[in-house]
Amino acid sequence: MADASTNALSGPQGPKPRKMLSRRNIFLYGTLFVITVYYALPLYVMIVTSLKGMPEIRLGNVFSPPVEVTFQPWVKAWSEACTGLTCNGLSTGFWNSVQITIPSVILSIMIASVNGYALANWKFKGADIFFTILIFGAFIPYQVMLYPIVIILREIGLYGSLGGLVLVHTIFGMPILTLLFRNYFTSLPEELFKAARVDGAGFWGIYFRIMVPMSLPIFTVAMILQVTGIWNDFLFGVVYTGPETYPMTVSLNNIVNSTQGVKEYNVNMAATLLTGLVPLLIYFVSGRLFVRGIAAGAVKG
Amino acid sequence: MATERPNQLFRNKSSKIAAIPMIVTALFVFVGGTIWTVVYSFTKSGLLPRLNWVGLDQYERLWATRKWLVAIENLVIYGICMLVLVFVIGFILAALIDQKIRFENTVRTIILYPYALSFVVTGLVWQWILNPEFGVESIVRAWGWESFSFDPLYNADIAIYGVLIAGLWQGSGLVMVLMLAGLRGIDQEVWKAARVDGIPTWKTYIFIVIPMMRPVFITTLVLVVTGIVKLYDLIVAQTGGGPGISTEVPAKYVYDMMFQANNLGQGFAASTMMLVTVALIVIPWAILEFGGSKNRG
Repeated sequence: MADASTNALSGPQGPKPRKMLSRRNIFLYGTLFVITVYYALPLYVMIVTSLKGMPEIRLGNVFSPPVEVTFQPWVKAWSEACTGLTCNGLSTGFWNSVQITIPSVILSIMIASVNGYALANWKFKGADIFFTILIFGAFIPYQVMLYPIVIILREIGLYGSLGGLVLVHTIFGMPILTLLFRNYFTSLPEELFKAARVDGAGFWGIYFRIMVPMSLPIFTVAMILQVTGIWNDFLFGVVYTGPETYPMTVSLNNIVNSTQGVKEYNVNMAATLLTGLVPLLIYFVSGRLFVRGIAAGAVKG
Repeated sequence: MATERPNQLFRNKSSKIAAIPMIVTALFVFVGGTIWTVVYSFTKSGLLPRLNWVGLDQYERLWATRKWLVAIENLVIYGICMLVLVFVIGFILAALIDQKIRFENTVRTIILYPYALSFVVTGLVWQWILNPEFGVESIVRAWGWESFSFDPLYNADIAIYGVLIAGLWQGSGLVMVLMLAGLRGIDQEVWKAARVDGIPTWKTYIFIVIPMMRPVFITTLVLVVTGIVKLYDLIVAQTGGGPGISTEVPAKYVYDMMFQANNLGQGFAASTMMLVTVALIVIPWAILEFGGSKNRG
């Protein structure tokens, strides 16, 4: 593959003019075209399958475009699809996910930003030890902590409820978010902080009047990171909630992989697409900020 | 940062209050929870955790269970293939995109969007695409190659590779983005110098650029490896561990033991093994990266 990019190099200044249709360009853009088609294909398959009727699916293949477009599968996936005994579709799961995601995102960002600010500007003795433990905690496989958390939640009466899952997401979001905020606050000019201190502003005064207004981009990054992460979670949902409170990913899996009845592939794909819609929308709207979010903790190392 | 300010013993009260959630999480959940699980992995806990010691019995039974051995084997196969391929693909994609191409944003957006989707969604889509009746297999057969066979999700021998295809599709965008960031961080002078010396491009990549990108490679490696160990949702959605037990993985074994088979002790022992695996990777990395003096501010 590296041969492909022979001659690819041009200096940063004054690129030498080259023909649009050189062999290199045909190869480069050809390869990129094939790759992007490959990556885009599953999304295309989801869309076309969800718009076909079952008879049409049985006749054709997964890639063939719909002859007769129908939105029936979408309606069914949303409100009628069955999971075992109940047939409420994905709507319950969707609203559960909304009720889980919104408070989890707000709570985890509030806690992590204040915490990151304390670590960056008001470091106290021993703070680094706890921070190190927190960061290492991010590498511990969740399976190790699954059951202790079941016990904790049971003790405080939140096991099986949406509130319990909100707490779990807040806990597991803490390492990466704290790191994100701490690094950002550390990068702000210290003179600002010192000037505010001279003017008599305290911990919360500086946080609310200087840090937060200066850090809106990083708050947006944290929000994107958390909304997609929490929306896409499956493991915590399946462990800490019950059938009434299952988040959307768990309902989706139950609908599609339910063993009863005839498999309705179009309904399944409509349900899959519906579940993927929220993170996809965020991704396509947020663009570069999404990339910044995933690179935030990583590239710094 | 904040070291030269005196008399903050009292003022720092707010800071300590702000750090309470972190301290509680670090001590009670991460450290406490981990110790708790390791301790209870030496007990005979069944439906409920109880402290009746059995020594290493749970571990002996674990390593004598076929489902666990299959799970480990799958994790090794998936892990090695994923690791090698995701790096090769991710790096090649990044190198291609780094050629000052037009439509860079479009290409990048399309390659990265799978990463925004959940593993459940990923698994279900690929379950459908790999469906032998309507998916890839039926299409190739319809083209005239009647004997063509590609049904990874229905063939126990290759089912894990079906999962690998989905995993690569979902995860390679992330590696591409990190590698691209690394490539962009390389000084253009390096390229110029290599060109003046007449070193071919591929050699420049392998012998100069990649060694310079070592930090990016290491952090990506840690991210990818911890992701591989956590592999769970994708399996549940795409294959459910089947056909038979051919795509079982350790994370699923833990869940099944703890919450379906009422065999907590086995679950604890299995999760402790997962912890050991991660520790064997993360601790050397941490010593290499942050060992000696702490200078990360």
